[in-house]
Amino acid sequence: MPGKLKAKIVAGRHLPVMDRASDLTDAFVEVKFGNTTFKTDVYPKSLNPQWNSEWFKFEVDDEDLQDEPLQITVLDHDTYSANDAIGKVYIDIDPLLCSEAATVISGWLPIYDTIHGIRGEINVLVKVDLFNDLNRFRQSSCGVKFFCTTSIPRCYRAVMVHGFVEELVVNEDPEYQWIDRIRTPRASNEARQRLIFLMSGELQRKIGLKVLEMGGNAVVGYLQCFDLEGESGLVVRAIGTACTLEKISTFPATATHPNNSSPSKDMKEPGFGEEAPGVPLSSGPPTPLRAQTFSSFSPSKSYSRQSSSSDTELSLTPKTVGIFLCPSTPALESESSPLPSAHLPCHLRPGMASRSTTPPPLHISQSDTAMLRKSVSFSEELLLAVSGMGSGGSAGKEAGPLKALLRQQTQSALEQREYPFFTLTAFPPGFLLHVGGVVSARSVKLLDRIHNPDEPETRDAWWEEIRQEIKSHAKALGCHAVVGYSESTSICEEVCILSASGTAAVLSSRFMQDGPLDTEHRLSRQPLCVFSTGSERVEGDMGSSASLGFEEVVSPGCGFCHIPYDELNIPFPAQLTYCYCCRRYKVPDVLFTTIDLPTEANVTGKGCLIQARLCRTKKKAQGEGNATAISSLLPFLEYELHTQLMNKLKLRGMNALFGLRIQISVGETMLLGLASATGVYLTALPSPGGIQIAGKTPSDITYEQHISTMQKKINDTIDKNKELYEINPPEVVEEIIGSPIPEPRQRSRLFRSHSESSDEVSELDLSHGKKDAFVLEIDDTDAVEDIHALLTDSPTPAGFYSCNTEIMPGIQNWTSAIQMFTSVRVFRLNANLTNQGLNKIFSDLCENLLKSLYFKLRSMVPCCLCHLNFTVAIPEDELIQVAVTAVAMSFDKEQPLENGKQSGEKTLIKAITENDEQLQFNLELNAETSSHNPLSSPKGLSEVGSHLSARAPSVDYSSFADRCSSWIEQLKLKAHTIRRGSVKTTSSLEKASPLPEGRSRSLRSNRSYSGSSVAVVKMTPLSFIPGAKIIKYLGIINMFFIRETSSLREEGGVSGFLHTFIAEVFAMVRAHVAALGGNAVVSYSMKECVFMENPNKNQAQCLINVSGDAVIFVRESELESTSVQTQSATTHTSNGGEGT
Amino acid sequence: MRLHGTHIKLTERSLYSVDVKMSVELDVFVGNTTIMDKEVYQLWLNGYTVNDAVKVRIEGGVMEECEASAEVLLSDTMDQYRTFQMCERLLHHPAKLANQLLFQIPPDRQAMLIERYYAFDDSFVREVLGKKLSKGTKKDLDDVSIKTGITLKSCRRQFDNFKRVFKVVEELKGPLVENIRQHFLLPDQLARDYAAIVFFANHRFETGKKKLQYLTFQDFAFCAGQLINNWTVGAVDNMMEDMDVDLDKEFLQDLKDLKILITDKDLLDQHKNLVCTALRGKTNVFNEMEANFKNLSRGLVNIAAKLINAKDVRDFFIDLVEKFIEPCRSDKLTSIDVNLYLTHYTNSAHILDTFKHHAVWTRYMGVIKSCILRMYHD
Repeated sequence: MPGKLKAKIVAGRHLPVMDRASDLTDAFVEVKFGNTTFKTDVYPKSLNPQWNSEWFKFEVDDEDLQDEPLQITVLDHDTYSANDAIGKVYIDIDPLLCSEAATVISGWLPIYDTIHGIRGEINVLVKVDLFNDLNRFRQSSCGVKFFCTTSIPRCYRAVMVHGFVEELVVNEDPEYQWIDRIRTPRASNEARQRLIFLMSGELQRKIGLKVLEMGGNAVVGYLQCFDLEGESGLVVRAIGTACTLEKISTFPATATHPNNSSPSKDMKEPGFGEEAPGVPLSSGPPTPLRAQTFSSFSPSKSYSRQSSSSDTELSLTPKTVGIFLCPSTPALESESSPLPSAHLPCHLRPGMASRSTTPPPLHISQSDTAMLRKSVSFSEELLLAVSGMGSGGSAGKEAGPLKALLRQQTQSALEQREYPFFTLTAFPPGFLLHVGGVVSARSVKLLDRIHNPDEPETRDAWWEEIRQEIKSHAKALGCHAVVGYSESTSICEEVCILSASGTAAVLSSRFMQDGPLDTEHRLSRQPLCVFSTGSERVEGDMGSSASLGFEEVVSPGCGFCHIPYDELNIPFPAQLTYCYCCRRYKVPDVLFTTIDLPTEANVTGKGCLIQARLCRTKKKAQGEGNATAISSLLPFLEYELHTQLMNKLKLRGMNALFGLRIQISVGETMLLGLASATGVYLTALPSPGGIQIAGKTPSDITYEQHISTMQKKINDTIDKNKELYEINPPEVVEEIIGSPIPEPRQRSRLFRSHSESSDEVSELDLSHGKKDAFVLEIDDTDAVEDIHALLTDSPTPAGFYSCNTEIMPGIQNWTSAIQMFTSVRVFRLNANLTNQGLNKIFSDLCENLLKSLYFKLRSMVPCCLCHLNFTVAIPEDELIQVAVTAVAMSFDKEQPLENGKQSGEKTLIKAITENDEQLQFNLELNAETSSHNPLSSPKGLSEVGSHLSARAPSVDYSSFADRCSSWIEQLKLKAHTIRRGSVKTTSSLEKASPLPEGRSRSLRSNRSYSGSSVAVVKMTPLSFIPGAKIIKYLGIINMFFIRETSSLREEGGVSGFLHTFIAEVFAMVRAHVAALGGNAVVSYSMKECVFMENPNKNQAQCLINVSGDAVIFVRESELESTSVQTQSATTHTSNGGEGT
Repeated sequence: MRLHGTHIKLTERSLYSVDVKMSVELDVFVGNTTIMDKEVYQLWLNGYTVNDAVKVRIEGGVMEECEASAEVLLSDTMDQYRTFQMCERLLHHPAKLANQLLFQIPPDRQAMLIERYYAFDDSFVREVLGKKLSKGTKKDLDDVSIKTGITLKSCRRQFDNFKRVFKVVEELKGPLVENIRQHFLLPDQLARDYAAIVFFANHRFETGKKKLQYLTFQDFAFCAGQLINNWTVGAVDNMMEDMDVDLDKEFLQDLKDLKILITDKDLLDQHKNLVCTALRGKTNVFNEMEANFKNLSRGLVNIAAKLINAKDVRDFFIDLVEKFIEPCRSDKLTSIDVNLYLTHYTNSAHILDTFKHHAVWTRYMGVIKSCILRMYHD
């Protein structure tokens, strides 16, 4: 009997008139949880009933608490006939199950009916009393926190990042059951809503169990999706990143007492408290043997779905255990050795022991210290070590025993994970070492009925296949991990395209014990003592201090750009040069990623949204034939999307894409491809070359002229764009570029061999031969179209910027004015069109949609549309649906100079203190993203001084003439990898310099809508709110609604219907957040918007699924006024874990 | 939630065609904070169709300002119209706007929406002032629309507003203006105007006669304010037992007693002498005033005496014009003259020894004087 759920129905308001005769309603309420139902009294003849009921108590298992929603039904009492339902409210109890989230749900919630929409509101109170569960076989995972946010949530720090968790559950879709023929649409919709509620609850609980098993306490980057497979069923699946999070005390009171009594903190304290002194920093290099012992410690399969319940007791052991014994912990805190008690838990866990040989505690502690030592110079070695992995031992160049060891550890830790995937897109500084490029995989499947919902093997196997492929692609790129990982599907009839994509990366091993140090550390931090704490964050934070005594130093601004693969054995053709920041390591010419721009990255100028849009016709077909047809079209589609992206990127004078998201949608007669990303100019990468057009038959004079005018247009556009986005890297020329240009073909073979699904199609050579990818030949009409398409992308109107990532490089001083919006359009294609015609139309409609958005939001100028998320679908033949959700954020144009100098996001989103003298080494200062500032601080200079002198003015353009474009080699029937390709002409050197004096307070909170009787709830797809500080996460919001009408015309047609519905969904999200005590939703997204209409029958139906994190935020201005004194101690701690 | 699909026809298969190859079937934009353009709102309130509104906007130059195309403008206008339509239901009960959950609208925006929704055209209100707010009147709105040049849709909105406010305050006790302000969250001046409209509709004051055409709505509103503040029950009784809408019956009854001023010959002469003595030498039109005194006095006192009959209440303004203003005007009295005359006329009555109804006289003449002065213009 682990939980008691209590609910009280207080009152109703704005109820609809249910009795036409009296124009009133006799309302009563049914409160249902599981199979128990309570009723209130009938409150006669009122539209604003005051029930003020007793507390209804449900005594239930916590498993049920997680799975089931509390269902509140408002009815109209009718003496003679059946009572009429007014509407329902589903309340997700989950936020109440976690001690750190909400404690009570109380407020006005809209009463929702799937036919009539919102019909009044009801005021309820819900509480949960949880008893401690000592049952070792428990199936619940209460207390595991879920976050949609794809970075470490703002008031937490990551003690450890455990890794990928996934789960899926399947069921029959009630809409397709036989009973649906005899029940009302309302009953059918409600059955569906309820089922999905149950399924997501179950899914969340199961994922939670896995997390507990891994020793984590939270899931970050939780992404849950529905696959409405029609006849074959309903799939709810989710992925996420398991973490151990620790709350950062944000209030002055707790800051002054670092050893406060929060349970999680207590457990940590011994570790951090007794750091340093006893650690033998100078201990000799540990032997590989020890390291192996250590790594064997990890249970290899603990995250696999076959988790046995005998292991679940793990979750009941103290959290400290997780730190030391987690499989993914090669690098441990030094303090573990002086604390033998820390090893105790491993003996207490038979489940673990049985899986691996339990090493003597001595070994552990030794390897611990070894780890510590190594971690100091970790990143670069890791690079070598890992790049060696792909090439079969070519890394031996410098690899001493130390490196070999390191490699083994990192590898083993990651390889033992079934999938070394991370759904995070932003990371604590120093976590992300190198980025390899985008990896993606697609697979076309034929759906069949799910026979046994309890054994969702087929769907699991499908995803398994894809993940394996992703994993092998990452490996081929010399990377051991995939970050910014996501999965999606597109379904049309019985064909389903499964897609997964992510960014291959090399991560710091300290992700096991990452993090922001706690308060004391930060305050006492000095370059040297940082080492004694055993934290390598220093490396990420400040190259300068890390350079003391260690040759391999990676500066935070460019480190992630350095190639993770072996340059002698490049998996694909790429143009390598020395990094334009540090001059030491090789970087590619172009970088594509699915993650957010790292806050510490050096960026020149501003970024912009870049979209590639493509539409391809397809013959109508059935079954296998259809699947085959789609399969064979996919590689072409991806190739063209890639080419478009690359061209558009060049046209803007940029060299990197972040947040790349490629969506492929399948319809009966066409395929749609939409790739969105944010282009930026990474200072570390070479400047992109221009685009050259060439004709194959240069005989005709007029033709030549035509070409030259086009060329001129293109060049003009590039110049204009450079000006627009302020891309003006100093013209620094380089002398040495000894990058070997590999033979594209041979290398890519190697790469391909890693993926299972390579078959005939991979042999297709779709590239423009071996020519430069950026010479466009225009003798075929396609190319002419391409060029036109390039030039028709209209620039954003003055005062507007746009990106699909969290933040825009180069913009810092956000005001508090934000406007989240959703826009949906459905287009009908009226004529039979060719591919080019379709392309043009599709491109135009996306452009027009953007233009409309700019127009709508013109009052917010200057502003940036952030996190522009496009979703395309083909609801039926000839129809294209485009949905966009984004947030418009105003910024101040003033003080561009001062702010331009500092990297902003970090400084922006946190409270800033006056007395930061002693904190000047803090990471936010070093997290420079861009600097137009020609000055380098002494510190910066000293760091790169040697490189400065190494530069000489000469450019070797010719070596880049033969460009690689044969990335297409990797295209396969079902999967392929996108990475870079590219070109460069000039170089620049710009070193971000820490300028302590440069910090500024940025955000003023202007407007607040006080005085309204309804609490204002902000919504944003971003993980933060400008000018405000998130002080509490109240739990995940995950809501699913169905709306149907059989009086479409009367409700204003399809637009009126959908407009109302979306507004209602927003209203319900806001109300539930407010009831939890929150005032904002962050990381909001609309994951599903399925709209179907039948105008002839005057009917329409729509399904919407939204999610986000309910939070409480406070304005910075308010914070500052209360705690200027203590902030120096607190605000910085809060900051470490948050990647923007 | 049902929408009244009267404003825009969204029921056609497609909203608009981009070109021959493609048409937009569905186009919505929903912001977490509801975006409303004041200009478009005004066009909507004015009853413009979407297409006309787009034309007006294009002429207004918004396109050049924002680098937009006609298509963008059309999409935006339709979207805004739809939003307003969805809000209209709430605007009918402005208090609901503040505690509804569907639209997140900042309070200053809410106030703007309400104020503009309840704003009306003086030329329109002049047409229906004092008329019964019935279906019959509503049917005649197309004539009003033609006459005033205000779109029928806008006329209907304004008429429905009048009717709605009327219905609500009809049943409420307490001060009329305050009730309107609280119930409809209107600014003070607008609430007063509505009070006037309600008051006129309630008493069915005749305002449409040709002789009254020269009077503006604000003239009538002023008079209504005077009547409400002085002649209703609420004006004297702070207990607010009764409503402001109805005239104080007792007072009307007492007004009959004033007849003595004209029926008693002595009293009439005495009154005239007092007034003439006071006026002599102070005005150029003394002779006309003297000649007309009995006539004017009879007129005013007769109006008072008749007010007990509801039917005669309706003719209050026409009577004022016919019995007092027109004679004065034909004698070419300036409003200063009229003021002077009425002041002495009122004050002198108090000096009459046999005249006992001072309180009623003051209450009556105070209102009459200010109404006449307000109405005494071209």
